[in-house]
Amino acid sequence: MAYSDKVIDHYENPRNVGSLGKDDDEVGTGLVGAPACGDVMKLQIRVKDGVIADAKFKTFGCGSAIASSSLATEMIKGMTLEQAAAIKNTQIVEELNLPPVKIHCSVLAEDAIKAAVEDYKKKHPGT
Amino acid sequence: MAPSTATRLVPAPAGVALPLFMDNHSTTPVDPRVLEAMLPYFTQHFGNAASRNHAFGWAAEAAVDHARGQIAALVGGDAREIVFTSGATEAINLALKGATSYYKKLGNHVVTVETEHKATLDTCKRLQREGVEVTVLRPAADGLVTPQQVADAVTDKTVVVSVMLANNEIGVIQPLGEIVAAVKAKNPRTLVHSDIVQAAGKIPLDVEALKLDLASLSAHKMYGPKGIGALWVRRKPRVRIDPILDGGGHERGMRSGTLPVPLIVGFGKAAEVAVADLPTEAPRLRALRDRLLHGIQARLVETYVNGSLEHRLPGNLNISFAFVEGESLLMALKDVAVSSGSACTSASLEPSYVLRALGVGEELAHTSIRFGLGRFNTEAEVDYTIELVVTSVERLRELSPLWEMHQDGIDLNSIQWTPH
Repeated sequence: MAYSDKVIDHYENPRNVGSLGKDDDEVGTGLVGAPACGDVMKLQIRVKDGVIADAKFKTFGCGSAIASSSLATEMIKGMTLEQAAAIKNTQIVEELNLPPVKIHCSVLAEDAIKAAVEDYKKKHPGT
Repeated sequence: MAPSTATRLVPAPAGVALPLFMDNHSTTPVDPRVLEAMLPYFTQHFGNAASRNHAFGWAAEAAVDHARGQIAALVGGDAREIVFTSGATEAINLALKGATSYYKKLGNHVVTVETEHKATLDTCKRLQREGVEVTVLRPAADGLVTPQQVADAVTDKTVVVSVMLANNEIGVIQPLGEIVAAVKAKNPRTLVHSDIVQAAGKIPLDVEALKLDLASLSAHKMYGPKGIGALWVRRKPRVRIDPILDGGGHERGMRSGTLPVPLIVGFGKAAEVAVADLPTEAPRLRALRDRLLHGIQARLVETYVNGSLEHRLPGNLNISFAFVEGESLLMALKDVAVSSGSACTSASLEPSYVLRALGVGEELAHTSIRFGLGRFNTEAEVDYTIELVVTSVERLRELSPLWEMHQDGIDLNSIQWTPH
């Protein structure tokens, strides 16, 4: 299958690879997917004053899954939790030119963002 | 579409041209000696081998007969036992559909194995829809079936048993001679067909010694042209099959259609070259394969060879790189053509059914890569591939949350995953 230039760029130069302290009070962690399905994404956010100050990811998956999560971390930096949680997978599909067979990669990235936001909110009831 | 050198993780050493081809189970290039033999039969000796009344036809027929002899010598049969087809898919269809149809009065049962090629499995599925009973055996974790296991599945109604000699994904070689003996001991009338596509020209082969009844071959897996294959059909005692195609009654009524003489000439030459090269080529490929395996395993932990290493084609290596998804690794290996058992490389989004039949967990099946070494691969290419694989796997593991968990001592089975 031919990849779009943007997928190749994110795959070869992934943005924001790494991990934040899972137990850190400022950090929300999303872990979605399953090894048996061939993709697992871990996406983490560091929240300061209600805004996502930093985001990191690690992904086990195909090139499109790696690119989707890399792009997701770029998109959510500087956003409020509400803005981040409102991101739709279709924005990722459009930006990366994902073919139909790879749409599930973008869905997983959307799920990962939502899971990270949820995790942060669990640590901070009332936010 | 060659990628720019700027994005190469590992620069190519002198003498290694990129992209390089290490996927010789999928197909092989036509050997220049084969092409040379074929060329006169396109424009000069273009006759129809079925034309009995002029020199053009005689030249074509002589060339076809010569090729039959070359192919028969490769498999250990007689020239008159070779039936040309469009490829192995057609040969397998013809063998299984043709035999079950011809011998339907003897029974309606077929036995095969889960790790067979789709040409066999899907043909069996169609037979099943048409009322034939089909037993599909599960191999052991090393990919092997036992003669006893096959014989146990044979009944007095079993018309054909179909077991491949060497597997196209994992290269595992079945104990075919013992399997045939066990089948015949249970039911002497049961025929044994074998898909010998991957084995032909790669390991010594003798359909007589194996006591097979039918065997399917393809030219393009052995440095011949695409579009030509053959079904070997035993003459003594005579094995009968109903044809699938109706027409001019070519190939002794078993396969109608004008013979593609240039392709047949190429197939014959490819067989001749394979026979001549086999004694030196098999050990050379085995040494290259072992160099690749040891080169990888010396530098990477958590890699697993799929299928028996002992009973395996010399040029095959199928290996899982835990915590690294196969398609993402293929992307990193873009300068080396290999294939993966990952779901993402298939339209079905299911990981390799061959690896699953072996009991390889889905999470490991997704991380498998098949290397198929062939005649034109060199030691320098293998060394480059080792460098590229090691560098790429290390990079992707740094990106992998599963690798991170593994490093932290977290049991991945203890996690509540969210399958999607």
